[in-house]
Amino acid sequence: MELQTLTYLVVGATFALYIGIAIWTRAATTGDFYVAGKGVHPIANGMATGADWMSAASFISMAGLIAFLGYGGSVYLMGWTGGYVLLAMLLAPYLRKYGKFTVPEFIGDRYYSDSARVVAVVCLIFISFVYVAGQMRGVGIVFSRFLEVSIEVGLVVGMGIVFIYAVLGGMKGITYTQVAQYVVLITAYIVPAIFISLQLTGNPVPPLGLGSSLVDTPGVSADGVYLLERLNAVVTELGFAAYTDGQKSVIDLFAITAALMVGTAGLPHVIVRFFTVPRVRDARSSAGWALFFIALLYLCAPAVGAMARYNLMDTLQVGAVGAPDGNLLYEERPAWMQRWEQTGLLKFEDKNGDGRIQYYNPTGMSDALEQQYGWAGNELTVDRDIMVLANPEIAGLPNWVIALVAAGGIAAALSTAAGLLLVISSSISHDLMKSTFARNITEKQELLAGRIAAGFAILIAGYLGYNPPGFVAEVVAFAFGLAASSLFPAIMMGIFAKRVNREGAIAGMLAGLIFTMGYIVYFKGIFIDPIGVNTPENWLLGISPEGIGFVGMLLNFALAFAISKMTAAPPREIQELVDYIRSPRGAKAAVDH
Amino acid sequence: MRNNLDTQAQQYWRANIRTVLGCLLVWFLVSFGAGIIFAEALNGIMVGGFPLGFWFAQQGSIVVFLLLIIFYAWRMNRLDRQFNVDEI
Repeated sequence: MELQTLTYLVVGATFALYIGIAIWTRAATTGDFYVAGKGVHPIANGMATGADWMSAASFISMAGLIAFLGYGGSVYLMGWTGGYVLLAMLLAPYLRKYGKFTVPEFIGDRYYSDSARVVAVVCLIFISFVYVAGQMRGVGIVFSRFLEVSIEVGLVVGMGIVFIYAVLGGMKGITYTQVAQYVVLITAYIVPAIFISLQLTGNPVPPLGLGSSLVDTPGVSADGVYLLERLNAVVTELGFAAYTDGQKSVIDLFAITAALMVGTAGLPHVIVRFFTVPRVRDARSSAGWALFFIALLYLCAPAVGAMARYNLMDTLQVGAVGAPDGNLLYEERPAWMQRWEQTGLLKFEDKNGDGRIQYYNPTGMSDALEQQYGWAGNELTVDRDIMVLANPEIAGLPNWVIALVAAGGIAAALSTAAGLLLVISSSISHDLMKSTFARNITEKQELLAGRIAAGFAILIAGYLGYNPPGFVAEVVAFAFGLAASSLFPAIMMGIFAKRVNREGAIAGMLAGLIFTMGYIVYFKGIFIDPIGVNTPENWLLGISPEGIGFVGMLLNFALAFAISKMTAAPPREIQELVDYIRSPRGAKAAVDH
Repeated sequence: MRNNLDTQAQQYWRANIRTVLGCLLVWFLVSFGAGIIFAEALNGIMVGGFPLGFWFAQQGSIVVFLLLIIFYAWRMNRLDRQFNVDEI
C-alpha cells in the first residue's frame, strides 16, 4: 500500500481509539474532572504519566540532540529521568495523602496564604503555556510532513481531538487516552530502534546494541570494532568532538542536569498525576511504574542517537576522508535525503563545486588539511529534529513502520498537550474561581467553568502553535528553571520543614522566580533583546541559562529558611496538617473531600 | 498514651528520612558522580563497547534510578506496617 494511504489509516485508527475512550470515560463530577475520581490503577497511572511526560521533545527531538551532542546529550537523559527519584521520594506520596485537587491548592493551604496560592498559579500557567505552544507546533509539523496537509489544517485537527477528550473527559478521559497513547508512542519508538540495532550490530536490544561491535556488511569487514569506537574515529577525523567525550564544562553539565531533575519533579502536570491513584503506597509504586515506562524509551534514545549519527556519517562519507571520491555524489543521494530536502530541514550547498557532499566541522579541522582536501566549508545542514522521523527511512524499513512513527509523534504531542491544558483549566476554575475570587459557585458551575477554561486554553495553545513566538525554543529552559526555582522548593519545604512559614515561602518563591527569570532574559532575551552575550565567559560561575534554575532553587531554599527563622512559626493547625501529610494512614478517606 | 504515639510517629519519620537520604546518596553518586564529575576518569575503563563514565551518563544512572524507586517503595511499605501507619 502507498505510504500516504497507510499513514492516514494508522493515524485515523489511533484517533478513533482516543475519541472512543474519551466518550467511554466521560467525567461527571469535579473529582472525575480534576483527579479522575482518584481511582486509577498505579500501572495505568504509570503509563499515563509516561505519555503525559514524554512530549514531542522526548519523542522527536531528544535522540537527535544526543546524536549531535554525543556525551553532552546525557544531561537530558539523566535530568529527565532522575527527577522521578525526587518525585517518588520527596513529593508524590505526601501530596497524595494531602488528597486535594491542584498544586497551588497545596501551596495555598500549607502556607495559609492566598498570595502564595496566586503566585503558584502564575508559575503554573506560565510553565504550562510555554510547554503547550511547543507541543502544538510539533503536532502541526508531524501532520504537514506525513499527511501532506498545511500546518494550519494539522493544528485544527489536533486541537479538535484534544478538545473532545480534555473537555469531555477531564482528567478521567485524559488518563485512559494517555494509556492508549503511551502504547502507540512506545511501539512507534522501539520497533525502528530494534531494526536499526539489528542492522548495525546484530543485537536486537538497542541499549545493548549501543555497546556492541559492528557487523560485517557485504564487501566490508568491520573487524569486530565497537560501534562507539568506530563512531569516535569517524567524527574526530572530520573535525567534530569525540562522541563519548564532553564539550561542556563539568560545572555546567552539573547545573543543567540538576535543574532538569528538579524541574521535572516540580512540573505541575506531572505532579498532579499522582493525585489520581487510590492510596499513598500506590503513589510510590506508580512513580516506579512511570519511570519504568519512561525508561523503555530513554534507554533506547542513546542507541537511536548514536546509530542515526553513524548511519548519517556512513551514508555521506563513502570512502577515505580527503580522497577525491571519498564523499557521496549529490546526484546519488538516497531517496530519504531528497524527501527531507523538500521540507527545508536538510540543505545542501556545493561550496567547492565538486558535486560531492562534504559534511565536516570546519572549526575543528586545520586550514592546511582543508586546503589539501580542496574543501571550502561544510556543505550540509541537517536539522536535529529529523533524526528520529527519518530513521526508518534511512534504515530502509517498510512503510507501515514510517506510518507508525507518524502516529507515535502525534500521540506524544497530543498526550502532553492534553495534560498541560488540564492543569491550566483546573487552576483557573478551582484555584482562581472556586477558592479565591468566586467562592459561591456550585460544583456544577465549577465543572462548567473548568470546561470553558479548557476550551479557551486550547484556542490559545492553537494560536501559539500557529504563531509561535520566536522564543519557543528558548523558553524550555524557562519552564524547567521556573519549576525548579519556585514550585519544587515550596512544595518540598512544605512537607519536610515544618518551621518554614508563609513569609519565608513567598519570599523564597519570588526570589527564585525573579532571579531565574532575570538571568534567562538577560542572556536569551524574551520580549526584549538579550542584554548580555550568551557565552561561557559571561556566565555566573560558568553556568548557562539552561542550568541557572539550580542556582535559583538554592537561593529559594536559603532565603525561605532565613526569613522563616526571623518571623513567627506557622500556626498550630498547619503543623498538624504537616503531621497528617507525613503519615500514610487515612489517605482513602481523603477521597470524599 | 498520646505521648507514646507521638514518639512512634517521630520514629517512623526518622526511619523514613534515613531511607530517603540513603537513596538520594546513591542517586547522587551514579548521576552527578559517575556520570559527570568522575566520568572522564571512568571513561578509561571499557565495559564491552562502553567507556564506563559514558555508560553511567547515558544508561547506567537510569537503571539505578529505577531500582532505587523500587527499593524505596518496598522499604516504605514495610515501615508503614512496622509503625502501624499503613492504610486500612
